[in-house]
Amino acid sequence: MAEFVRVASSTSSHTMDKSITLPPDEIFRNLENAKRFAIDIGGSLTKLAYYSTVQHKVAKVRSFDHTSKEATNENLYEISVQEEVTARLHFIKFENAYIETCLDFIKDHLVNTETKVIKATGGGAHKFKELIERKLGLKVDKEDEMTCLIKGCNFVLRNIPHEAFVFAKHTESEYRFQTTQPDIFPYLLVNIGSGVSIVKVESEDKFERIGGSSIGGGTFWGLGALLTKTKRFDELLQLASKGQHTSVDMLVKDIYGGSYGSLGLTGDLIASSFGKSATADKEFSKEDMAKSLLHMISNDIGQLACLYAKMHNLSRVYFGGFFIRGHPVTMHTITYSINFFTKGEVQALFLRHEGYLGAIGAFLKGAEEDNPNQYSWGENYAGSSGLMSVSPDMNPMQRARSGTFDMLEMDRLERKLVNLPLLQDASSYIPDTVDLIEDAPAREYWLFCFEEALDGVVKRAVASQPEMPEAAERAEKFRQKYRHKLQTLRHQPFAYGSLTVRSLLDTREHCLNEFNFPDPYCKIKQRENDTALKYYQKAVKSLDGLSWEQRQFALVRGVLAGNVFDWGAKAVSDVLESDPEFGFEQAKRQLEERPWLIDSYDQWYERLKGPPHKCALFFVDNSGVDIILGVMPFIRELLSRGTEVVLASNSGPALNDVTNGELQILTESIAAMDPVIQSGLKEDRLICVQSGSSSPCLDLSRLDKALAMVVRERNIDLVIIEGMGRAIHTNYYAMLSCESLKMAVIKNSWLADRLGGKLFSVVFKYEVPITDDHEAALAP
Amino acid sequence: MASNGHQRDDESIDEDETPTKQPRSDREMPGCFRYEPDNEAAAPAGRATSHRQTSNSTARLRSDSVKKTRPPFPWFGMDIGGTLVKLVYFEPKDITAEEEQEEVENLKSIRRYLTSNIAYGKTGIRDVHLELQDLTLCGRKGNLHFIRFPTHDLPAFLQMGRNKHFSSLHTTLCATGGGAYKFEADFHTMADLQLHKLDELECLIRGVLYIDSVVSSGPSECYYFENPTDPERCIQKPYTLENPYPLLLVNIGSGVSILAVYSESNYKRVTGTSLGGGTFLGLCCLLTGCSSFEEALEMASEGESTKVDKLVRDIYGGDYERFGLPGWAVASSFGNMMSKEKRESVSKEDLARATLVTITNNIGSITRMCALNENIERVVFVGTS
Repeated sequence: MAEFVRVASSTSSHTMDKSITLPPDEIFRNLENAKRFAIDIGGSLTKLAYYSTVQHKVAKVRSFDHTSKEATNENLYEISVQEEVTARLHFIKFENAYIETCLDFIKDHLVNTETKVIKATGGGAHKFKELIERKLGLKVDKEDEMTCLIKGCNFVLRNIPHEAFVFAKHTESEYRFQTTQPDIFPYLLVNIGSGVSIVKVESEDKFERIGGSSIGGGTFWGLGALLTKTKRFDELLQLASKGQHTSVDMLVKDIYGGSYGSLGLTGDLIASSFGKSATADKEFSKEDMAKSLLHMISNDIGQLACLYAKMHNLSRVYFGGFFIRGHPVTMHTITYSINFFTKGEVQALFLRHEGYLGAIGAFLKGAEEDNPNQYSWGENYAGSSGLMSVSPDMNPMQRARSGTFDMLEMDRLERKLVNLPLLQDASSYIPDTVDLIEDAPAREYWLFCFEEALDGVVKRAVASQPEMPEAAERAEKFRQKYRHKLQTLRHQPFAYGSLTVRSLLDTREHCLNEFNFPDPYCKIKQRENDTALKYYQKAVKSLDGLSWEQRQFALVRGVLAGNVFDWGAKAVSDVLESDPEFGFEQAKRQLEERPWLIDSYDQWYERLKGPPHKCALFFVDNSGVDIILGVMPFIRELLSRGTEVVLASNSGPALNDVTNGELQILTESIAAMDPVIQSGLKEDRLICVQSGSSSPCLDLSRLDKALAMVVRERNIDLVIIEGMGRAIHTNYYAMLSCESLKMAVIKNSWLADRLGGKLFSVVFKYEVPITDDHEAALAP
Repeated sequence: MASNGHQRDDESIDEDETPTKQPRSDREMPGCFRYEPDNEAAAPAGRATSHRQTSNSTARLRSDSVKKTRPPFPWFGMDIGGTLVKLVYFEPKDITAEEEQEEVENLKSIRRYLTSNIAYGKTGIRDVHLELQDLTLCGRKGNLHFIRFPTHDLPAFLQMGRNKHFSSLHTTLCATGGGAYKFEADFHTMADLQLHKLDELECLIRGVLYIDSVVSSGPSECYYFENPTDPERCIQKPYTLENPYPLLLVNIGSGVSILAVYSESNYKRVTGTSLGGGTFLGLCCLLTGCSSFEEALEMASEGESTKVDKLVRDIYGGDYERFGLPGWAVASSFGNMMSKEKRESVSKEDLARATLVTITNNIGSITRMCALNENIERVVFVGTS
């Protein structure tokens, strides 16, 4: 049943909270451009949603006109910083007690007068209708609660990677995040409000309430209040987490003296909830009764959910509602129950943004004319609070959260993102190699590593905007924000879903963008590109002088040496900072000699003797030496063999990775020097496409739709992934349905150590998919 | 339920007792409640169809050999549950003068004690209204008595058994329920009694089938309600378990077990719930201070659950049409008790009623799902709660 609980205290506490002041930069951000409001008022929490546009700076590159004779400028292209407007969704969650203060704040900061309506849902919507209409001057338009809930659920499942998780108490990582499924339907949503609604969702618009139960959160709260004289829901949960249910419940062993072996019922199972309170006159502790009640209700809901899941043959069951809402205690008991009743066949799934579903859904209803579902959206790590820990150990009194405002911000992505069609099994694909939630030593190391690198990033950010005097101040804000994120993650590694090197890098990019440092490495990239271009012809010429066999190896070594030039790796950036003249040849000398750490060069070489590939997709990495002297000669050879080449590069900047904009210009200018590249471009056998990503890593399940289309059209039969971020931190274990080549130089001694190598060890992983009729040798 | 049995050592009994041999092993028949088939309707799978015999039809089966192998009196069956001990006692009414003379004093005293009282100690009760008279059992005619007492008073029962020198009767007590396992040692040490332990579910199924087969007069053992949602037109209707399979058997004791029964020996426990009679009583005790099941039920019959529960109309002002939920449906059991004012305005009776409604609705809901999942249309609810 719907979440609806009247909190006796909420009305009376309106006045006392008027004194709080809201910092406008942090909460209800971008209100000046806000439109399309929606509000979801539950029993104790209000969730506000609005759509806004954010103006921020982006770095653009533009080719100089080199035909004019007055080319005094040595640079190949110019960098300009432009203003760009992007769409962002804001969701804010706060206690109902603050609703009046918040409405006043919104009124004061709301500029957009076109907004006439606010979509409202949740049981409290009608209670506060008058207040909202009076304060905001907007017409409250009510939306069906369950419809909003489902719409919101579909939205987060589709757009937020690692939205769903299973909860495993007593393990190193309690939160186990699930990978986003290519198809989110069908699923079962069990919403535990005051009662329970069980909804089967079959598609975006097709869902049905297939069942429910009156024994829900309201039963726990109401019955709990009667039994323990404890009024607050949170306090009841606190009591329950301290209690022992065995003194109140009658267990199988209380009846049998042990287990009921023939039925496989163990002695510790509850035979009768509250069964012992029926036979004794003795007093029971509040804690024990609360615990028993919690078990009774969780088990009952779990059992019904299982029965419905079984009947409708559904294996994905999500739980939500205020009974769950991030409480480890209830997540654990529900998980236990589901496990018990399905013998582990069905896992209870929870959602990171479960509390926002209604508000998101109501918002989407109001924004239907903008058709938000045609876009891809991404969680903005800089603007979102992440999952708060409500575990009693870490946060003894949950009420301490009072007054905090939880936020979720989502950016509308320029491009629609889809799976790489070449993934062997999209539903089991996990981009990240190491889950830092589970791997505590790795987590320690990388958090330390990113913290240590922060000074350098700040310095680089300031240096990228020499003409802007306030850059230092902004950079300092960036430092604080990112450091705070790192601290949060140290305590709550699960805050933003799986914690990975990729997520740490992405969070840093989001924070940099937040403070208008769109491309801190633009100047470095420009300089390095210009320099490397000068050596291109020489490099190609020396390669052409080699025998075929020697050349194949030299090309691979070239790519690897080029990959050493990575400003993201401290070991390298220190060298580059101190020695700007550090060159390609030096890099080659740094490389590990064969046999490499991972070495399937021989297989690759054998393959090259065979027929040429039809078309290769190359996910490139860094600017400068890497792309120009490493990658370009390599793909030049592929083109000469008759293989078409698709160069996939980042849509937006990340570290010194080459962006699609830059790569277009570079390719053109190389084409001017090199007839092979020239004809490749002209004959459409060489194309540059953007990946849709702005990360130093690569998530093959979130790629630009246009790229996916190219992949299909060109019948790609070879995927090359280059660099530590794309081939080691991510995709190291990615299985593709065509041949693949993963090349990277390990530029971090800790990681090298982990993988059993040393600094500048080489990973050269050539893989052929195993098929029934083609038992090709797999790379080691 | 099972009577005090005899450990079979005489294999000839089948031939003596059942002229038409049934494909049933002795092991399945540890007690002496046997269903002798009608001679003319001895279909192999039709065991269930042949249960409806009157006591007259078995009379002729009495023979010397039956007498010889028949277990000695007294005949008892015990079910020791988590909350209640259920005891059946067969009181023979066809005792011959010869037998009367042979009968030892201890046996007489037990018979007299049990049949002349309707209450035993502080908590033992004989449900006189359930008594089955003129029953023929193993060739003997008599009355079947139903006695119950709380499991926590088992020590007093054992003490009584000891005082009445029960063990001198050399009888083996057939017992089922968890307590048969839990208290086996106590029976031995406190009362010098040996328990013959029998599987709970097997006994349950046989008991259901037996009781349905022997109750031929008076109110039907198995019944259902017609027009259950209309108090005006709701009537109790008899239902016969002549062709009972497949059957969903819901046993509501302290907890609840749900069995899918395909034949007398082919059954499985589908699921169960810990929200059962023990929960009803336990919560009622805590919420109202009552101390017995009867008291709790009495209170429940006088209360109003809608004051305690939050109904759909309390939330939506009426029906929730989007999902076809009527306004009167319970949205949240005890949901109104989240509010302090409402907590202060409800009576103990209301709370007892709400507890009853919560538990019964829940059992109903789980049962319905099981019936659908198992594709079984017939559901029989049994149990001491």
